[in-house]
Amino acid sequence: MSQSLDDISRQLKARHRKSRRLHWMSMTALLLAGAFLLAFLADMIGKGYPAFVQAEIQAEIHYSEMAKDIPLAAVDEDMRELVSRGFLRLIPNEMEANPELLGTTRMRWVVADDQVDQYLKGHYHQLDDEQVAIVDRLVEEGRADLRFNTYFFTNGDSKLPEIAGIQAAVVGSILTLFVTLAFAFPVGVMTAIYLEEFAPDNKFTQAIEININNLAAVPSILFGLLGLAIFINFFGVPRSSALVGGLTLGLMTLPIIIISSRAALRSVPDSIRQAAFGVGATRWQVVRDHVLPLSLPGILTGSIIGLAQAMGETAPLIIIGMIAFIPDAPNSITQAATVMPAQIFTWAGMPERAYIERTAAGILVLLSVLITLNASAVYLRKKFERRW
Amino acid sequence: MTQLMQTDQILMAFFGGLLPLGALAFFLGRSKAVRVREEGVHMHSQPDQYAWFAVFSTALPAVVLGLLASLAFLVIGQMLPAPMVLTIALAVGAGGMWWGLNAIRPEFRARDFNEASVRWALLLASLVSIITTFGILLSIVFEAVRFFQMESFWYFITGTEWSPGAAFLEGAGRAAEDASDARFGAVPLFVGTFMITAIAMLVAVPIGLLAAIYMSEYAPEKVRTLAKPVLEVLAGIPTVVYGFFAAITVAPMIVTAAESIGLEASFNNALASGVVMGIMIIPFISSLSDDVISSVPSAMRQGSLALGTTRAETIRFVVVPAALPGIISATLLGVSRALGETMIVVMAAGLRPNLSWNPLEDMTTVTVRIVDALTGDQAFESAETLSAFALGLVLFAVTLSLNFVSVIMIKRFREKYRSSNL
Repeated sequence: MSQSLDDISRQLKARHRKSRRLHWMSMTALLLAGAFLLAFLADMIGKGYPAFVQAEIQAEIHYSEMAKDIPLAAVDEDMRELVSRGFLRLIPNEMEANPELLGTTRMRWVVADDQVDQYLKGHYHQLDDEQVAIVDRLVEEGRADLRFNTYFFTNGDSKLPEIAGIQAAVVGSILTLFVTLAFAFPVGVMTAIYLEEFAPDNKFTQAIEININNLAAVPSILFGLLGLAIFINFFGVPRSSALVGGLTLGLMTLPIIIISSRAALRSVPDSIRQAAFGVGATRWQVVRDHVLPLSLPGILTGSIIGLAQAMGETAPLIIIGMIAFIPDAPNSITQAATVMPAQIFTWAGMPERAYIERTAAGILVLLSVLITLNASAVYLRKKFERRW
Repeated sequence: MTQLMQTDQILMAFFGGLLPLGALAFFLGRSKAVRVREEGVHMHSQPDQYAWFAVFSTALPAVVLGLLASLAFLVIGQMLPAPMVLTIALAVGAGGMWWGLNAIRPEFRARDFNEASVRWALLLASLVSIITTFGILLSIVFEAVRFFQMESFWYFITGTEWSPGAAFLEGAGRAAEDASDARFGAVPLFVGTFMITAIAMLVAVPIGLLAAIYMSEYAPEKVRTLAKPVLEVLAGIPTVVYGFFAAITVAPMIVTAAESIGLEASFNNALASGVVMGIMIIPFISSLSDDVISSVPSAMRQGSLALGTTRAETIRFVVVPAALPGIISATLLGVSRALGETMIVVMAAGLRPNLSWNPLEDMTTVTVRIVDALTGDQAFESAETLSAFALGLVLFAVTLSLNFVSVIMIKRFREKYRSSNL
């Protein structure tokens, strides 16, 4: 079976063609991954940015005696369906706070109903023809406009999409992550120090190591089952609170912090330890005064990444009831709270079209916080990373 | 609620009292040690070490007593009078300080004591992760056993009908006669989970692996430094966001596409969650495979190229086979992640247990049913709520064994090539 040189060179061509094909295919795969990311971001921004503006209407508000009891009476009849009920509800409180308002009439820019908002943004709406005509007239007169939506950042959740905001969820996220960090950071770093610097190499230490690696791969929802069965049902920690959420997320973040802290401790060269031992330092002194300060940037980087992951986690928090309707921000870690991803989940399940915008806008806020966190971790690593 | 607010205040009062006490112990201990030293006596340890010893001897008894008191509260189930416990704990702390200050003598080895205390504290911290694993295992197993006392284990594993709705009626005390019994046959859930996982892996493995091959074998340095962060961003997107993307954007797209070729697709079709889950898993597969492929010794590549093979042949017949254990390990980790993924399927896949092989139909998964069972209004003791723990047990067992196999594979690879960066 001898092949002529012609045969071989023909084969060679085919082989090179195949080779180029693999090159192209693999490049396409990477581009595809990048394209997914771009398509996804474009989709979110396209869906979310309308929520950052909000329809407002200039309306006459009559602060009459009647408006105290029936807030609807404060605006003219043709405007009643167009002004947000969330605004009208606040009129009696406003009058109570400022008694001198009684009997006056003021022109004010107020939040419009979500249907007006959707109409002005050109989406599907449920206004009837008469209302559409009024809104069109208002727009012509310059009395209805899309303005920057401050409510989204200053309000808590609401059943009225036009005044629903993420402030309560942001506060809840901060409280929860505070608990998470207060628990997971010390315990995680201490575990890492023990395993890297103190532990003898025996079966027990190996068992801890295997266990930590396994824990890192346990599905997050199972941590929710743990939180429900142990923290809530056994220890009686209040359901839906930032405390139980923070502890559950803390247990979840623990392996991430341990693994990255160990890597950071391991990267400190032995010569530094030996020099410190050589001048008579004890093991703890070596760690406290030399190894720990040198590995701190690495430890912090790992902790920030762990924190970012905890921040985006939803599944275990649903199990422990952190998807409750929370209109007001909690002010203690034992009060019922919700967090940003849970708020996104709740809004995603709402039937009104206006909530889709809210959801996407919430996602944009969450993503920008996460990207900031991750970018600061990368910056920290770049700035303080040392190679010995 | 008021009682719990109290817990808040008790803790605040406890640490509010203990912190000044500890600071006092530090300064008293230190000044005593300094005084003794100034008299010209040689002391075993440094003044600061004696000071820390005094702090330990103050805090430890007080904290232990506080823990015992809260344990007693859990066991008896009744609140002990908080001010009394607080006073006793702080008094014990003060007693500990007095003892500690007395123990500060020249021949006392405070340094050794501190060293041992730190060691014990670190050991205790590292036990937390073990306790967590046992906590997960026990909490799941305990409730799952209660479930299997009510329902048959065999039917759970092999039954094909999952209709817990009737259990809710029974639980509410109005079991309708014509309503069929609640049935907990989990096979439809397993099939749904398997289906969505399979779709996800069909997306993630080829793309992830090829992207890894490109990054480690072809890409110039510039592309690498650009592509790595892009993939990291993909990995950092929260799953709830992927879920929204799947439900709002991808699922309607699939429905339209299916209609245009004359197929009927549900808005909760398994394909949408599978594809989006696959996108989520790409970075896991690609980054681990990239590490593995990069650590295949370059001597093997050079040897292969020297025999006259093309680049693609070297990759296909030398590099990838050498890296195979690592690639399999990455894939198994990806599978384990897909099985346990919750938010995407909760938001984009259906609730209806559906025994079908058609990815355009709606399907439900193990994790969806866990969430559904635990967010309903049923009593905790009802069979439906407890079924979540039985499903959780299955999930835990399967993901744990996948992880285990994956760890063994990667270990084998590492030993073969003595690569240390894995």
